[in-house]
Amino acid sequence: MKHTISVLVENKFGVLARIAGLFSARGFNIESLAVGETEDAAVSRMTIVTDGDERTLDQIKKQLNKLIDVIKVSDFTDKKYLEKELMLIKVAVNAKTKKEVTEAVDSCGAEVVNTGEKSLAIEMTGDAGKIISLLELLRPFGILEVVRTGRIAMGIDDKEMKTPGKPEVNE
Amino acid sequence: MLDMKMTGAQILIEALKKEDVEVMFGYPGGVVLPIFDRLYDAPIKFILTRHEQGAAHAADGYARATGKVGVCLATSGPGATNLVTGIANAYMDSIPMVAVTGQVKTRLIGNDAFQEADITGITRPITKHNYLVKDVKDLAVTIKEAFHIARTGRPGPVLIDFPVDIQQAETEFHYPEKVEIKGYKPTYAGHPGQIKRAAKAISSAKRPILYTGGGVITSNASGELREFAIKNKIPVTTTLLGLGAFSSDNPLHLGMPGMHGTAYANHAIMESDLIIAVGARFDDRVTGKVEAFAPHADIIHIDIDPASVSKTVEVDIPIVGDAKHILKGLLKYTKKPDTDAWLAKIDEMKKKYPLKYENSDGKLRPQYVVEEISNITKGEAIICTEVGQNQMWAAMFYKFTKPRTMISSGGLGTMGFGFPAAIGAQMGRPDAVVFDIAGDGSIQMNIQELATAVYNKLPVKVAILNNCYLGMVRQWQELFYKKRYSYTCLEDGQPDFVKLAESYGAVGMRVVRPEDARPAIERSLEITDRPTFIDFRVEKEENVFPMVPAGEAINRMIGGMA
Ligand SMILES: Cc1ncc(C[n+]2csc(CCOP(=O)(O)OP(=O)(O)O)c2C)c(N)n1
Ligand SMILES: [Mg+2]
Repeated sequence: MKHTISVLVENKFGVLARIAGLFSARGFNIESLAVGETEDAAVSRMTIVTDGDERTLDQIKKQLNKLIDVIKVSDFTDKKYLEKELMLIKVAVNAKTKKEVTEAVDSCGAEVVNTGEKSLAIEMTGDAGKIISLLELLRPFGILEVVRTGRIAMGIDDKEMKTPGKPEVNE
Repeated sequence: MLDMKMTGAQILIEALKKEDVEVMFGYPGGVVLPIFDRLYDAPIKFILTRHEQGAAHAADGYARATGKVGVCLATSGPGATNLVTGIANAYMDSIPMVAVTGQVKTRLIGNDAFQEADITGITRPITKHNYLVKDVKDLAVTIKEAFHIARTGRPGPVLIDFPVDIQQAETEFHYPEKVEIKGYKPTYAGHPGQIKRAAKAISSAKRPILYTGGGVITSNASGELREFAIKNKIPVTTTLLGLGAFSSDNPLHLGMPGMHGTAYANHAIMESDLIIAVGARFDDRVTGKVEAFAPHADIIHIDIDPASVSKTVEVDIPIVGDAKHILKGLLKYTKKPDTDAWLAKIDEMKKKYPLKYENSDGKLRPQYVVEEISNITKGEAIICTEVGQNQMWAAMFYKFTKPRTMISSGGLGTMGFGFPAAIGAQMGRPDAVVFDIAGDGSIQMNIQELATAVYNKLPVKVAILNNCYLGMVRQWQELFYKKRYSYTCLEDGQPDFVKLAESYGAVGMRVVRPEDARPAIERSLEITDRPTFIDFRVEKEENVFPMVPAGEAINRMIGGMA
C-alpha cells in the first residue's frame, strides 16, 4: 500500500543523504521525494511517498524519527490532507492534432505554457489521479518528455494545527 | 578565562575537560598535528595504540567497563577509515563513543586532496550522528551535542570530522550549559498506563520469563532487575551483552538464550506464556526462526528505542523508556505471580540438560580453561572476548556475577575486538582483573596492541584458546559442509605466542595439560605491571554445543540435549 509521509528536518548539510541512505540501507522504497523550505528557513519539509505494509510503514516512521536531524514525522494515512504534484509534459503535435491536444489540456484544467513548431509544453497541477488521467489522455499523441516534482502534501485537519512558529518535537 | 580567544584545537581540549574525559585513545597524523600539540601538556591521558582500529575498540571497551563515553582520535583518510570497524562495532552494540577525525583544509574538501576521505559520508549508517565542523564558532556546541547524543537515549558512537584549518582558527570559547536539539528528545519515563498493563499481565502469568539484554547494563538497572526477578520469582535469561546484569549464581538464572544458549533457557522461552523483554532487541541469534519463536507467549517489550519495538516480533505491551525507571514502576505494581510449578519444571530441565563437556579423558578442553578462570577469579574479573568459539565458551562457562564485566562484540561479531577492548577496560578500571578470552585467529587481528599494553604497563591477561583453527567456521564446515575445512586451518604459519609476547616485553606461557591450567592462571594474576599471554593448546576439533542451526526454531538443538 502507498503512504504519504511528511518529514520536518533541520535545514542542514547532509540531511537529504541521511534520509536517502536510511531508505536504501533498510530496503524501504521511495516512490517520490520532494524537498523545500518551510515557513521557518531553518527547517525543511520532505514529502515522501513510499510503498509497504503496515509493519514496514511503522519501521520507516520510527527509523526516521531516530535521525537526530528529523524534527517530526507525520503520516497522512487515515488523515485529512491535501496532496498536489506539478507536472510538465511535452507532447508531439502537428497542424492537425494541435487543436485536439489543446482541447484535451483545457478539459483537464491544465495549461499550455509553451507552443513550439512540433510540440506543446503543458503544465498540470493536481493530485495523483488527475496527473495520471492527463497522461493517459495525451499518450496517443506522442509524449516526448515528462517532468514531475513528486507529491507534496499538507494536513488540513484543524484539530492538528500547531502553534505558529514553534515546530513540534518527536512523538 | 571566559570568552578568551582560543584555537579550535584548544577548544577541543577544553571541551573534553568539561566532559570529564580522563583518557582517550588514538593515533597521530598530518592534519591532527595542532590537536596533538595541545595534547602534549594537556591533563588528559592519551593512549597511543598501534592501529586506529585498536583505538576505537579500546575506547569501546573503556566505555563498556566504566559506563562513560569512550573517546578516540585519528587523522584524516586512512586514519579515519581505520576507525570504521570500531565505530560500526560500537554502533551495533549501542556503546557511547565520540570519535574525532582530522580532515583536510575546508577549501580542499571534495578535491581528492592528499589523505582525504569523506568520513562523514562513510560513517553515516554506522553512527548515531556525525558532524563536519566547517566553522570554528560551531565547534563548542558540536562537541557538547556529540557527547550528549552519544550517552543519552539509546547510546551510540558520534563522529566529529575536524578540518585542520578549523583546528587552527580562533574564536572565543564558551561551553554551552545545555543542549537544545529539536529532533532529539529521548523518552526515559515509561508510559504509566503501559507499566500498569504490563504489571497486570505479569501478575497473572503462569510461565513468565525475563529476557534481558545490554539495555539493562546501559541503564545501570541490574539492582532493579535482581529485585524484580527475586521478589516475583521469575526466571531470567540474559543475552550475550546482558551477561553479568543478573548474577549467574542465582537459581533463577538460566544463562543465555538462542543459537548457543542453554537448552533450558531455550525450552523455557518456547514454553513461556509471557516474555518480559528488557533492553534486548530480539536479534536473530536469539530468536532463531522468528515464526516459531515463543508460540504461547505474550510479549512485553521494554526498550528505550521505539524502533526496536515490533521490529522483528509483534509485541503485545510495548513500553518505551529507560529500563531502570520502568523496572521500578513494575516493582511497585506487580503482584507476585504463582510460578512454583513453572520453576519446578525449569529446574527439571536444568538437571536434564545441563551445560556440559567431556572432562574425563585428560585432554585440555577450552571449556575447562574458562571454568578454571571463572573459579580462580570467583566470577568477578572483567572478561573481554574475541569472536568465535572462544566467545561462546566464555559466555557459557564463565560465571558472571556483576554488570559491566562481560565485554564482547555482539552485534557486529568483530574478531580482533577483545584485546584492545581489554586495554580500554583496564585503563578505565585499573584495579580490576581483566582477561581477554581469545582465539588464535582473532588475537592475530590486533596483536600489535601488545606494544600499547606493555608501554602502559597494563596487566591484561590474554587466554588464547588455541585450537589452530578458525574454530567456529570450522565447526560449521564440519556440521554443514561435510568436513571440507576450506581455509580455516591456522596451523602453518602460526606464531609462537610465547616468544611473540616476550619479544614485546610481555610474559608468555604455554599450557598443554589440564593440570597446568590453574597454576598458569594463578601466576598470571600475580603479574601486575605487564600483559600476559597464555597459549592454551586445547583440543583442536572441540565444538560449541548445544547449537541451534541458523534459521531453525530455538528448541531444535544439536548436542547437549541427551
Ligand atoms: C573481522 C572478522 N572476520 C571474519 C569473521 C568470521 N568469523 C567468525 S568466527 C571466526 C573464527 C575465529 O577464529 P578464532 O579467533 O581462532 O576463534 P575460535 O572460533 O577458534 O575460538 C571467523 C573467521 C569475523 N567474525 N570477524
Ligand atoms: Mg581458533
